[in-house]
Amino acid sequence: MFWPEFGRYGRVWSPWREMERLQQDVNRLLSGESAPYAATFPAVNIWVSDQDVIVTAEVPGVDPASLDITVAENVLRLSGSRKPEELKPDEVSHRRERASGEFTRSFRLPYAVDSGKVDASCDKGVLTVRLPRAEADKPRKIAIKTQK
Amino acid sequence: MAEKEIQKREASSPVETERTKSMKVFIPRVDIHETRDAIVLLADMPGVDEKSVDITLEKNVLTLTGRVQPAAYEGYRAAYAEYEAGDYERAFTLSDEIDRDRIEASVKNGVLKLTLPKAEPVKLRKISVKSA
Repeated sequence: MFWPEFGRYGRVWSPWREMERLQQDVNRLLSGESAPYAATFPAVNIWVSDQDVIVTAEVPGVDPASLDITVAENVLRLSGSRKPEELKPDEVSHRRERASGEFTRSFRLPYAVDSGKVDASCDKGVLTVRLPRAEADKPRKIAIKTQK
Repeated sequence: MAEKEIQKREASSPVETERTKSMKVFIPRVDIHETRDAIVLLADMPGVDEKSVDITLEKNVLTLTGRVQPAAYEGYRAAYAEYEAGDYERAFTLSDEIDRDRIEASVKNGVLKLTLPKAEPVKLRKISVKSA
């Protein structure tokens, strides 16, 4: 309801002020202040050269054995889970900022990769996946024959 | 109207400490829980191992510092970026008395686990009565 605002602020109701307030509310909602966790886990960086793609992801606390990496053509899919810490009945939690649960993320790579030669390693909570470009996809120089 | 270019920056008081190295510093996310005889802290610090983490306890302030060696790939261009590598730093004020000599820390898969045992209160001494 708009009208109760009239009495509360003692000012003339203005649709502009209402819209401004609405805009503020929407901005606050979208700015992520109410969401303490990142919407995307894990965060990923992608590095590209002509020969291969390197994908790195920050996966602290994720058991490397639980990570599942699949590659199909030029789509890389990462999935896994992070176990929540389990508290015994007499333990009290003071802070809980680390998210837990299952995650799946897919990325479209700039070119098709050779799924047989993909190499992945996980060190210090950072996953590094190296995906070599498929042989068939590599740019090829075509010689032009000249006719005499 | 163009804004005036700022030549000098006013310092905040107390002066905020800065690092000599121009590198971003991040606040690690933590979980803290209290068991019967200890406070357990878990901090997400991807890129940190047991050699590159420092834990100091001064008076009642516990400071966690983690140094990260950012990965650099020669000949590659960054096509997509969601995170930046940087050091970690966070400090907590501890309310309970902590037994400083028995603090344990370990790092696994980029997660720092810190166990801060509570100092034992003066133990009750039981005096057994010998029968005559």
